[in-house]
Amino acid sequence: MKRRIRIGEFLIEKGIATVAFASLGAIVLIFLFVFREAMPIFAMAPESLSGGHESISATGAATVGVSASYGDPVGEPETYGDPPADTSRSGSPAAIDPAAPTTPPTPSTTGEPAGSVLSQILSGNWQPVGDHPKFGILPLVAGSIKVALIAILIAAPVGVFAALFTSTFAPRWAKEAMKPIIEIMAGIPSVVIGFFALTILASLVQTVFGLDYRLNALVGGIAMSMAVIPLIYTLSEDSLSAVPKHFTEGSLALGAPLWETNLRVVLPAAIPGIFAGVLLGLGRAIGETMIVLMATGNAALLSPSLVEPVRTVSASIGAEMAEVVFGDPHYVMLFVLGSLLFCISFALNAVAEIFIRQRLMAKFGGAS
Amino acid sequence: MNIPKKWVGRGVALVTGGSAIATVVLVLVVIGIVVQGGWGHLTRDFLLGSPEQGMTKGGIFPAIFGTFLLVTLMSLAGVPVGTITAIYLNEYVGQQSKAGRAIRFAVNTLAGIPAIVFGLFGLGFFINFVGGGADKVLHGGALHWGQPNILWASLTMALLTLPVVIVSVEEAIKTVPRELREGSLALGATRLETIWKVVLPQSMTGILTGAILAISRGAGEVAPILFTGAAYFLPNLPDGLTDQFMELGYHIYIMSTQSVDVEATKPIQFATTLVLLILTFTLNFSAIFLRWHLRGRALR
Repeated sequence: MKRRIRIGEFLIEKGIATVAFASLGAIVLIFLFVFREAMPIFAMAPESLSGGHESISATGAATVGVSASYGDPVGEPETYGDPPADTSRSGSPAAIDPAAPTTPPTPSTTGEPAGSVLSQILSGNWQPVGDHPKFGILPLVAGSIKVALIAILIAAPVGVFAALFTSTFAPRWAKEAMKPIIEIMAGIPSVVIGFFALTILASLVQTVFGLDYRLNALVGGIAMSMAVIPLIYTLSEDSLSAVPKHFTEGSLALGAPLWETNLRVVLPAAIPGIFAGVLLGLGRAIGETMIVLMATGNAALLSPSLVEPVRTVSASIGAEMAEVVFGDPHYVMLFVLGSLLFCISFALNAVAEIFIRQRLMAKFGGAS
Repeated sequence: MNIPKKWVGRGVALVTGGSAIATVVLVLVVIGIVVQGGWGHLTRDFLLGSPEQGMTKGGIFPAIFGTFLLVTLMSLAGVPVGTITAIYLNEYVGQQSKAGRAIRFAVNTLAGIPAIVFGLFGLGFFINFVGGGADKVLHGGALHWGQPNILWASLTMALLTLPVVIVSVEEAIKTVPRELREGSLALGATRLETIWKVVLPQSMTGILTGAILAISRGAGEVAPILFTGAAYFLPNLPDGLTDQFMELGYHIYIMSTQSVDVEATKPIQFATTLVLLILTFTLNFSAIFLRWHLRGRALR
C-alpha cells in the first residue's frame, strides 16, 4: 500500500518537473517556429522578392553601398540607453542606426543567390503588394528606430527623474500618492494609449508644432513613451530604493546637502538597475505594436524627417499578416521581420539581465 | 559658472519633482479624457446590445463576451502551468541549480518577447502546425482546426501571460514560513503531501493574484490575437472552440482606424475604451489589494 503511494508520488513529481520545463520548451518552440517560417528566405530566388528583372540591377547597385555601410557588427545595443549617446544621435536623426541588427542571420556560405536576396532585403522600398512586390526592410527598421529613440529620449529622463523624486526628495505623503498612480499607468492597455494618441494627442501635436501630417513618428514616439515611462520608473525606483541607507547618511553626515547626496551618491549607486530599466524600455518600444499601428500613419517612407508618417517593423507584421497567403514571399518576409524583433528583444533582455545581476552581486558583496 | 549651490539644489528638486508630477498629471488626463468621452454613452443597451448598421450603432456585447471567453480559456491553460512551474522552482530546485536557472532565464526571456512575435508563433505553431496537422489527420485536409479561432488565440495569450502567473505565485510561495514545511515533513508527510496540504493552501492568494494580473494583461493585449482569432464583426456569439470571436481591444482598434465613419462612431470608441479601462483597472486594483493582504501576512 505504502509503496504504491510512493510510485504515484514519484510519477506526479516527474509530471511537475515536466510541466515546469514548459516555459523553457515554449522559448525553444517560439524560436524554432518563428525562424522556421522565415527560413525559406534563404532558398528563395531573388526574382521572387523583387518584381521585374530591370529593377534588380538598379536596386542591387543602390544597395551595395548601403549594405556595406550597414555591415557593422551587431553589437553595443547598450549604447542606446546611455543618455549622452542618445543626445548626440538625436542631433542627426537622418542616420539610420547601424547598431540595430538589420540583417537576418545569414550563413555566409550561401553564396551568390543569398547575397542578392540580402541586397533585396536591404533595399529602401517596402511595397509588399502589387505585381512587382518589393521587400526592402530598411524603411521599416528606420521607422522602428525613429519611434523607439523618440520614446526613450522622453521616457528615460522623465522615468528616472520621477523615480529619483519619489524615492529620495519627496515627502512621505507625496510618495504614497504618486507611486501607485504612476504604477497604474503600467496597467493601461497599449491599445488605449494608441487610441488616445490617435484621437487626442495627434491633433494636439499637429496644432502645437504646425505639422503637415497628423499621424507621424513624433506622435508615435510620444505615445510610446507613455508605455515605457512606467517600466523605467518601476525598475529605477526599485534600484534607487535598494541603495543602502548608510550611503545617504554618510554623505549627509559629511555635510553634503540633500540634493548633492541624492545626485552624486544615491543615483550613481543605482545606475546598473536604471540602465537595465532603460534597456528593457527600449526593447518594449521596439516591439510594441498597437501604439505604432494606430499613431504613426503607417507609410513606409525612408526619410530623415521625424514628422512624417512612418511604418515600423512591428506595425507591418500587425497590419499585413492577416491578409497574406500562407507560404507566400510576403508571408516569409513578415516572419523574417518577426525573427528580427525576437533577436533584438532577446539581446536587450540578456544585456539587461547582466546589469541586474551585477547589481545584485555588488549588493550582496557589499553586505558581507 | 558661479551658480550658487542653493539654486542648483532647488533646480534639481524642481526638475525631478516636475517629472513626477507631469507623469501623474498625464495618467489622470488620459483617464479623465476617456471617462469624459465615454461615460455618456455607457448605457445598458450599449453593454448588452450587438453592433448594428455596419457597426455605426448598437452595443458591444459580443466583444465583452469574446474577451471574457478569451481570458477564461487562457486562465484554464496558463494558471495551472504557471503555478506548477512556480512550485517546482521553489520546492524542488535551488536558486543556483542548473535547471532552476535555465527555467528562470526562459521565463525572463518569455516576458521580454514582443506580443506581436507571440502572434506570429500562434500562427506558425498552433494554427499552421498543430491545427493544420490535426486537419490532415482528422479531416483529410479540410480546413477545420487549421484556421484562426478562439482556442489558438487563448493558448497564445496563455503563453504570453505565463511569466506574470509564475512571478506572482513564486512571491506567495516565498511567504509561506519555512517552519510550516519543516513541521509537516517532521510529522512524516512526504514532500508532495507537504506541498499539497501546506504550501498550496497557504499560497492560494498568490495564485489568485497571478490569475487576476494575467487576465488583466490578457484582456488588454491586442497584438497576439490580430491574426490568431479575433474577428471584425460576427453576427453570432462563438459557440465552439473553432469559432472566431470579437474582443474589446480589437474592437477599439478596428473602430478607430477602419470604421466606415470614424467621426460618427467616436462615442462608441470612447465608451468601448472606457469599458476596457474599467475592466483592467478593476482587475489591477483587486490584485494590488490581494498583494497588500499577502504582504501583511508575511510581516506578521
